[in-house]
Amino acid sequence: MAEDDSMVSERDFDGPVICVKGLRNSFGDQVVHEHLDLDVRKGEILGVVGGSGTGKSVLMRSIIGLQTPDEGAIEVFGESLLGRSEAETIDVRKRWGVLFQGGALFSTLTVAENVMVPIREFYPKMDRDFRREVAKYKVCLSGLPPEASPKYPSELSGGMRKRAGIARALALDPELLFLDEPTAGLDPIGAAAFDNLTRELQQTLGLTVFLITHDLDTLHAICDRVAVLADKQVIAVGTIPELLALDHPWIQEYFNGPRGRMAAGQGS
Amino acid sequence: MAGMTVPSDFVEEMTEDGVTSLRFSGDLSIAAVGDLPERLSDYGEHVQRLDISEVDYIDTVGAWLIHRTARDSGAEIVGADNEAERLIAAVSGVDQPAEVRPDPPNPVVRVLSEVGEATTIALTTLAGLVGFFGSVMVSMGSLLRHPGRIRWNAVIQRFDVVGVRSLGIIGLMSFLIGLVIAQQGAVQLRQFGAEVFTVNLVGRLTLRELGVLMTAIMVAGRSGSAFAAQIGTMKLTEEIDAMRTIGVSPVEALVLPRFLAAVFMLPLLGFFASVVAIIGGGLLSWVELDIPPATFFARIREVVPLTDVYVGLAKAPVFGAIIAICGCYQGMQVEGNAEEVGKRTTAAVVQAIFLVIVLDAFFAVFFSWIGWN
Repeated sequence: MAEDDSMVSERDFDGPVICVKGLRNSFGDQVVHEHLDLDVRKGEILGVVGGSGTGKSVLMRSIIGLQTPDEGAIEVFGESLLGRSEAETIDVRKRWGVLFQGGALFSTLTVAENVMVPIREFYPKMDRDFRREVAKYKVCLSGLPPEASPKYPSELSGGMRKRAGIARALALDPELLFLDEPTAGLDPIGAAAFDNLTRELQQTLGLTVFLITHDLDTLHAICDRVAVLADKQVIAVGTIPELLALDHPWIQEYFNGPRGRMAAGQGS
Repeated sequence: MAGMTVPSDFVEEMTEDGVTSLRFSGDLSIAAVGDLPERLSDYGEHVQRLDISEVDYIDTVGAWLIHRTARDSGAEIVGADNEAERLIAAVSGVDQPAEVRPDPPNPVVRVLSEVGEATTIALTTLAGLVGFFGSVMVSMGSLLRHPGRIRWNAVIQRFDVVGVRSLGIIGLMSFLIGLVIAQQGAVQLRQFGAEVFTVNLVGRLTLRELGVLMTAIMVAGRSGSAFAAQIGTMKLTEEIDAMRTIGVSPVEALVLPRFLAAVFMLPLLGFFASVVAIIGGGLLSWVELDIPPATFFARIREVVPLTDVYVGLAKAPVFGAIIAICGCYQGMQVEGNAEEVGKRTTAAVVQAIFLVIVLDAFFAVFFSWIGWN
């Protein structure tokens, strides 16, 4: 198949799944990112932390193409995404799923129909009954009871809505999953259950996960590595012990503050 | 190039031990399954074995396809590597019957229940509006007894927003309406040589009916909707609950200034609209019918009875009250999510305009009954 050009994404690609280099983002005079570099390795859960306003969500939006950066290069699965049209990057975009902060479910569709939207969009020729079956098992795979399939998002609790969002993010069997503060607004039990779900799905489906969070418990429980955003850059990436060895005041305060120590005690 | 998507396929074969086997090849993934689901569903129970040893890549969609075929035909799955086994186990673990949509109810029952629901909503809204008007009157009464509590700043600010700032748009609208009435009147009345009566048409129609009515519709769209959206958003962000906790009455602080603004501004705006419309009509009469402005205004004073002005001015505060009550009431009814704010805002405008037109009809009957023709 040598005649295929580089647009055909390689599944056996072994480099970093996401590679961000020299990223710069600004809104008016306010610079959010400057010379930001970040690599996400295949098969890891990378936690992204940082104070409010450090541009965690902006970084995610830049990677998935919702925000055009001023400068820099972004590669996902070895494909450069900047400056290319939606049609050109469709093969890459099929390979990731996104869970937005509030779930961002389509409120006029049921949970199962929400899952069917991306499938219908990207694979319109798929048999209708089969598509329904796929949607139904994806809903159950996300830890929702089957009775949740025909319900509308407004009829679900916050935790169930997040799970429905995961089901939609998994609709296309992605290899890369973006989660934006998945446990925000959940009670501790629901948050722990969601962490377990993320871990289980990551292991079963072999996912790479880009996870923005404020939740110290999540970081300790499921993240393989943690990237710290501060001073407009990723100042450090590593496991929590590696980060603790660094002498940066924000990192020390974050992980060694009263909440950080508590979460560390439970996580170990 | 490794990793390229290879369309999946299968062949049917007879093994030596007399078993019908389907041997799959290529990728079993969402991108590659193609028409496999349809083709496989034709097989039914004729298959005893599914051989996936030659499959290059499998995802949950492929795993589901294999699992489903095995489930429906009772066939055994052979040749699965670790990953395939893990995925098939994962999807078979979540194979539970489920619906995609809620069951649609019986159409007769649905229509009946919708009619019933709509009737209940209409009646409860009407009752709610009357009750809300009552509570506004009660707090107005208590304010009159303690005039020190009146929030003059808020009231004056509302006067500005509702009244002064809408002068431009209402003036433009009224000017054009005056022009159109005069133009249509001139064309129609000319057919029997009575184009001079265009003056009567413009003067009486605008002062008695259209000036106030069109102003009310414009204010409902402009300010009534704003009332509903502002109060609704404050309800969502729990600002109103916070007010109550601190001991501030939301009706007094939020509703009354808006109510007073609408009640006091609408007569002024309505009169202004009528005057501008008459100017528009006069301009057209001058250009089209050669009636000079001086003659036009002299004729207006002759043919328009003062009662027409009273009729217009008497209706205006009532329309203003309706607009403010509908807007504030719907705003206070907002609960739950942001979508509700939009719905309630629409409801506020529609109800206000509807009630204004209904009451206008009543006023027309009433004023002709007391002889103010």
